[in-house]
Amino acid sequence: MNDAITRDTIVPDTTPRPDPRPDPRPDPIGNFLEQDYSAGFVTDIETDTVPKGLSEDVVRMISARKGEPPFLLEWRLAAYRNWLTMSSPQWAQVSFPEIDYQDIVYYSAPKSKKDGPQSLDDVDPELLRTFEKLGVPLHERARLAGVAVDAVFDSVSVGTTFKKELGEHGIIFCSFSEAVKDHPELIKKYLGTVVPPGDNYYAALNSAVFSDGSFVFIPKGVKCPMELSTYFRINARDTGQFERTLIIAEEGASVSYLEGCTAPMRDENQLHAAVVELIALDDAKIKYSTVQNWYPGDKDGKGGIYNFVTKRGDCRGARSHISWTQVETGSAITWKYPSVILRGDDSVGDFHSVALSNHRQQADTGTKMIHMGRNTRSTILSKGISAGRGSNTFRGLVRVGPKAEGARNYTQCDSLLIGDRCAAHTFPTVEVRNPSARVEHEATTSRIGEDQLFYAMQRGISAEDAVSMIVNGFCREVFKELPMEFAVEAQKLLGVSLEGSIG
Amino acid sequence: MLEINNLQASVEGKSILKGLDLKVGNGEVHAIMGPNGSGKSTLAQVLAGRDTFQVEGGSVSWDGQDLLAMPAEERARAGLFLAFQYPVEIPGVSNAYFLKAAVNAVRRHRQLPEFDAFDFLARVKAEMKAVGMSEEFLYRSVNEGFSGGEKKRNEMLQMSLLEPKLAILDETDSGLDIDALKIVAEGVNRLRSPERSLIVITHYQRLLDYIVPDQVHVLSKGRIVRSGGRELALELEEHGYGWIGDTGEVPRAPAGAAS
Repeated sequence: MNDAITRDTIVPDTTPRPDPRPDPRPDPIGNFLEQDYSAGFVTDIETDTVPKGLSEDVVRMISARKGEPPFLLEWRLAAYRNWLTMSSPQWAQVSFPEIDYQDIVYYSAPKSKKDGPQSLDDVDPELLRTFEKLGVPLHERARLAGVAVDAVFDSVSVGTTFKKELGEHGIIFCSFSEAVKDHPELIKKYLGTVVPPGDNYYAALNSAVFSDGSFVFIPKGVKCPMELSTYFRINARDTGQFERTLIIAEEGASVSYLEGCTAPMRDENQLHAAVVELIALDDAKIKYSTVQNWYPGDKDGKGGIYNFVTKRGDCRGARSHISWTQVETGSAITWKYPSVILRGDDSVGDFHSVALSNHRQQADTGTKMIHMGRNTRSTILSKGISAGRGSNTFRGLVRVGPKAEGARNYTQCDSLLIGDRCAAHTFPTVEVRNPSARVEHEATTSRIGEDQLFYAMQRGISAEDAVSMIVNGFCREVFKELPMEFAVEAQKLLGVSLEGSIG
Repeated sequence: MLEINNLQASVEGKSILKGLDLKVGNGEVHAIMGPNGSGKSTLAQVLAGRDTFQVEGGSVSWDGQDLLAMPAEERARAGLFLAFQYPVEIPGVSNAYFLKAAVNAVRRHRQLPEFDAFDFLARVKAEMKAVGMSEEFLYRSVNEGFSGGEKKRNEMLQMSLLEPKLAILDETDSGLDIDALKIVAEGVNRLRSPERSLIVITHYQRLLDYIVPDQVHVLSKGRIVRSGGRELALELEEHGYGWIGDTGEVPRAPAGAAS
């Protein structure tokens, strides 16, 4: 059956294209956008890696390495068999050479003694230094920052902080593998209930080979006392990262969860196909924030991460609330639609997004709001920034089912163009099957103009600061939604200095 | 002291300024008048350093510095201010943030301590009162949704905050009603001082009823064709621009008088 899968290697499209408008003048916007990728270093570390390629044996091997119970192996195999019958989606506004799934390593883990680190003290110091270098606090600084962190390096979690403190509240925050070992009943009950294994091509692939990820369980009535955070790092060459995140907030519980991602600069493309499932029961609230800074490839489009991710939240209970906030600055290609199923009556879904595509980056991102319950509300706020030869697409679906009496949606979709060689596209879809629903959509497209830059410079503001200021101003409504620490990181990522305390 | 010698400039290959000479001493107010297309705005943009305009020849010296060699933001920091004919909107950036960034950029350059939020707010609120702007404008995006008059007041506010040594007002009076015109003129008059030079570019002489210039220059086809005192503005008002020839002399029988 494997013969059906193409064997072409992943080769970035580096064909030089004619430059339509060579411009010898100094280009402040250009200089601003040429800033280097600072997380692009490689960590030299011993790894335990399965051979390249995908087959039932590889799936079994991954499951065996993780010591999984039989039900999970069966689940993976079913997903794998399903995947073999599927084909990759073609509808997105992105183009890339066909991926050779036999040329990818599906499991790579830092070599460790016995069954893996028992505590952070057992973790290879080189790994800790890697996260330190990335500004992810796994040790003392974590305590000051008051953020609990789970760090995932290639395929496995290397450590989770604050476990004990969280445990006192009955909160489970651990790597996915640990959750499989320690709480198989929760995994069995919830895994795949929001994103079924056959949901789409990449979700099926993930379900077959996922290696690790984070697991969060907030019991009934508990408000999580600190931000939970997972930091993903791809390091190994030719490796795909397939993590799985599952967050459950029981009745009346609430949690704010952050995720960050980086990868070394490599010439070949690397695949990242994650699945995130959120489940909110009655009156529960989950806020999920992402700052995605995977390596985007160089300015000619060589290398970079293919970020093909399925994220979905299920407002299963009445009055539940799920909120997605994302700042997508990295990846060669982003294919990602964090969605909310508004099943419970009076439930609320939000999507706030900043997506930047520079050089040859391609982003096709957006959301789906599926209104099923009565008086469900959703808000979509999307800010797309296209620069260089980047292409940025917003794709949104608002669906109001026949029983969603009084459902409301507000969508605002803004595009900012920097330079004249980039592209912005908007594909909003609205399907309403209940006459009492109210759906609003607003969209704008603007451009950072030479006139704006000159105006700021004539007031003494440097060109770089002026671009920062304008981009920052454009993104402000979304940055406001990020937790403080991430808002700072997000602004830095966009090369933006923090706005003053006024205004 | 600003000294412009034989300045030639073009935009998109089209020659606009064709050998312009002008001297503006410290503390002086000069008005530049002329018909549409004579090069008034081009002069303002070239002095401010906009790089869509190409300088083809000539020199500009400003307090002994070669103005044309300085990038736009350095000119601004050194005290050159241009009040825009069409102030630019910057969505999402609050006026307060923009003003504070500008004031502090200039203060850094002058080796003065930067304003913190408290000092800045106190200062900006006082200046806003003087130009008749409500504080609400601090928290709105720069010029976004401002009326024509509000935009011009915002320019005056920036001018007074930045305390320029040389201010160029590019048709600041266009689109203003008479009350707004008076407020703008008051703002300008408050700034008059022995150290500060002003260039007021205008199509109509009515602004000069309120801002009394030391000298008036007539610009035609990219050159100053005539200079004189305040009475020259009145003469232009009476006869219009139709009579301006290459010499700038007023004909004995004014052409405009017949019609």
